[in-house]
Amino acid sequence: MATLDAKIPEGPLKNKWTNYRNSMKLVSPANKKKLDVIVVGTGIAGAPAAATLAQLGYNVKAFCYQDSSRRAHSVAAQGGINATKNYRNDGDSVYRLFYDMIKGGDYRAREANVYRAAEVSNGIIDQLTAQGVPFAREYGGQITTRSFGGVQVSRTFYAQGQTGQQVLLGSYSALKRMEAKGKVEMFTRRQMLELVIKDGRARGIIARNLVTGELERHTAHAVVLATGGYGTVFYLSTLGVSSSGSAAMIAYRNGAFFANPSFIQIHPTCIPQLSDFQSKLTLMSESLRNDGRIWVPKNKGDQRKPNDIPEEERDYYLERRYPAFGNLVPRDVASRAAKERCDAGYGVGKTGQAVYLDFKHAIQEQGAKAIGKKYGNLFELYEKITGESPYQTPMRIYPAGHYTMGGLWVDYELMTTISGLFAIGEANFSDHGANRLGASSLMQGAGDGYFILPNTIGHYLSDKIKEPRLTTEEPEFEEAEQRVRERLEGLMNINGSQTASDFHKRLGKIMWDHCGMQRTEQGLKEARQMVKQIKDEFFNDLQVPGTMYQVNQELEKAVRVADFMELSQLLIEDALNRNESCGAHFREEYQTQAGEALRDDQNYMYVAAWEYQGEDQPPKLHKEALSFEFVEVKERSYK
Amino acid sequence: MKVNLKIWRQPDAQSKGQFVDYHLDDINPEMSFLEMLDALNKKLIEQGEDPVAFEHDCREGICGSCGLFINGRPHGPEREVATCQLHMRSFSDGETIVVEPWRAKPFPVIKDLIVDRSAFDKILNAGGFVSVDTGSAPEANTPAVKKLNAEKAFDAGVCIGCGACVAACKNSSASLFVAAKISQLALLPQGKPEAKKRARNMVAKMHELGFGSCTSTEACEVECPKSISLEHIARMNREYLNASFAEEEE
Repeated sequence: MATLDAKIPEGPLKNKWTNYRNSMKLVSPANKKKLDVIVVGTGIAGAPAAATLAQLGYNVKAFCYQDSSRRAHSVAAQGGINATKNYRNDGDSVYRLFYDMIKGGDYRAREANVYRAAEVSNGIIDQLTAQGVPFAREYGGQITTRSFGGVQVSRTFYAQGQTGQQVLLGSYSALKRMEAKGKVEMFTRRQMLELVIKDGRARGIIARNLVTGELERHTAHAVVLATGGYGTVFYLSTLGVSSSGSAAMIAYRNGAFFANPSFIQIHPTCIPQLSDFQSKLTLMSESLRNDGRIWVPKNKGDQRKPNDIPEEERDYYLERRYPAFGNLVPRDVASRAAKERCDAGYGVGKTGQAVYLDFKHAIQEQGAKAIGKKYGNLFELYEKITGESPYQTPMRIYPAGHYTMGGLWVDYELMTTISGLFAIGEANFSDHGANRLGASSLMQGAGDGYFILPNTIGHYLSDKIKEPRLTTEEPEFEEAEQRVRERLEGLMNINGSQTASDFHKRLGKIMWDHCGMQRTEQGLKEARQMVKQIKDEFFNDLQVPGTMYQVNQELEKAVRVADFMELSQLLIEDALNRNESCGAHFREEYQTQAGEALRDDQNYMYVAAWEYQGEDQPPKLHKEALSFEFVEVKERSYK
Repeated sequence: MKVNLKIWRQPDAQSKGQFVDYHLDDINPEMSFLEMLDALNKKLIEQGEDPVAFEHDCREGICGSCGLFINGRPHGPEREVATCQLHMRSFSDGETIVVEPWRAKPFPVIKDLIVDRSAFDKILNAGGFVSVDTGSAPEANTPAVKKLNAEKAFDAGVCIGCGACVAACKNSSASLFVAAKISQLALLPQGKPEAKKRARNMVAKMHELGFGSCTSTEACEVECPKSISLEHIARMNREYLNASFAEEEE
């Protein structure tokens, strides 16, 4: 069975990636065209990876479940993308970004990977700009930046509040170009349903054509998962409603280790849930905290309108608790602080589950026009949903499930514990530790896709150049397809009375209440029972209408929800195992007097990598010890 | 609130479709339009009927998946929203709401309210990019880009590829969609080297795929959820005209 060898190159931190590239094996241009690579997912990691691999000469087959690769949920990222250009001359450097990420992740990420992510960040901005991504500029024609949470420099590049869209569409255009050249074959409207392993190596996938319902077999020399995160485990989240953990769970069931599954980021600034029928929560970019001030009334249950509450009766609790970083503390800290105030009875709005994000002072100082230039589209988005204008009255916000730091365990080469199966972007666990800093998800995904994977995958493929393509008649493909068929028929034939969404909603509530922003041993143990129960109920009472061989959106959902059931169990085990608080993982039993996360470096300075042991069997824990050679491990303070 | 729905049902591309009437009693005005359809589908499934197929994903107006023709208008009665951002408070109690897929020859129906918009991808394959390999880009601040140009390029670049412009147009023209990309890249120095080729190829592909011509009715601009301006069509026309007089390869 696989062991955890992270394959971190020797040498000083700043030389590791260079050393790796100097010594990695290469595939000659003439041989690359004999090799096929499957890329599943076309977001900010998958699109660049597919395009770059194709440019290098590999034959790429790219897959997405949407009708077009342009719709991957990276498109919804708002605030920005980090890089260490130091255009502001404010003291930024590769080391500083690396340090901010290590500290921001509460010392639970791997140093070598994080340093590399910071190292390749500048190249991403160059690449995107060359593709025609219209980053915000100064009057002199130079690109401008802004600040994000958890840092004291201004290194975030942006395009209003639609940076993800612009950055994704830039990468998508690179993909289009390679499609036009015939080097990428694009398969849209496909749901990956199984991984095919032959001789211990990933050699293909089974995908369902979402229009005809047919199961298809696709072969390759290597498979790359760029399938994003699983924040929709909470049902309500900032993600696209069809985002899921299914591809990761498929890999996990086939032997890939799942690392730190319970590290899920709860984003502090989202539009609060308004009612039971709600299907998603909308993010309000962290960038708003550059100019917006967060507060609640000093008096419990104050029913006055926000603008009627005088200054001296407002509690700017982030500025009060964290004077050094104020409103720009990292996300986990801001989320818990909001929950703390609401739980204590100071929350606002109909449900009391919200706090104010106020632009009054910024508008007084800079004028409504200047604020509109920076955040106009976010203000409009807010107004469309709530019917209130943030120019006139403070936004109401509350935390929501957002990003998963956890994911498939990968080594320095971004390969999972299955040989030939790579995971990039949010789908892997590698760079954000227990908490991700704002504007570093686009950065990490794009870094993996443009610059890292295209190198490391070549090293893996270098000794496969003589291997002929597999045919889809191989028994491994036959068996994999059979497994998928049985699984789908199983779901179709339950003939119960509840829809997949009904189950998803209930599961999400359990996970949010017990495995969300705050966790306790007892709560997690209760959740373990509840998930087991709802899972049994799911497989006895699910209703999927229609047939397999047609457009069947309910069947697609059923597969996702089935995977969420199993993923939830894994998440709970991981949260129970980690008897400490770190970053987004906050166990109430482990906190400082001031209510901050209390780490246990003695016992938990490791990556928890879980190995599948069969359905309803407890997974097996493997530990990758983390050692910090280049930073001093301290209490993470933003005061 | 109560609503009466007339929804286009069509089992697949080959079959004929028809309107089917549905009635919902307890709709909350704060529901989004898609959440109302979720409620309808839950009811249909529980009654053993086939739910209405429609596309959606981000549900915050940015992925471009959703797109319904509601009461004769793409994305419904409100300005500057995608269907997912439309709320039931925009309709009156007891109103009859007609829901159709995009109607355009290049967008064949797949099922119910889902259409095939892959023609858009094909147009972009014809030139909606800058040919720059990974690793070969110059430093990002070289060359400088006028702030105004960057902003205008952004205004065009916000297109979500939903197809409302085509659905709104009596000619089923994709001009606004195509212009948004041509204009974005023509405004930036990075897009200049291939500008003529891009304009020629993308416009040709649009016509080849069966989209009609622009007759400047301006319906697309009105219905575009991102309010992309007709100015970009003007710029596309200029680029195209320029390209037509230029040598084959510049």
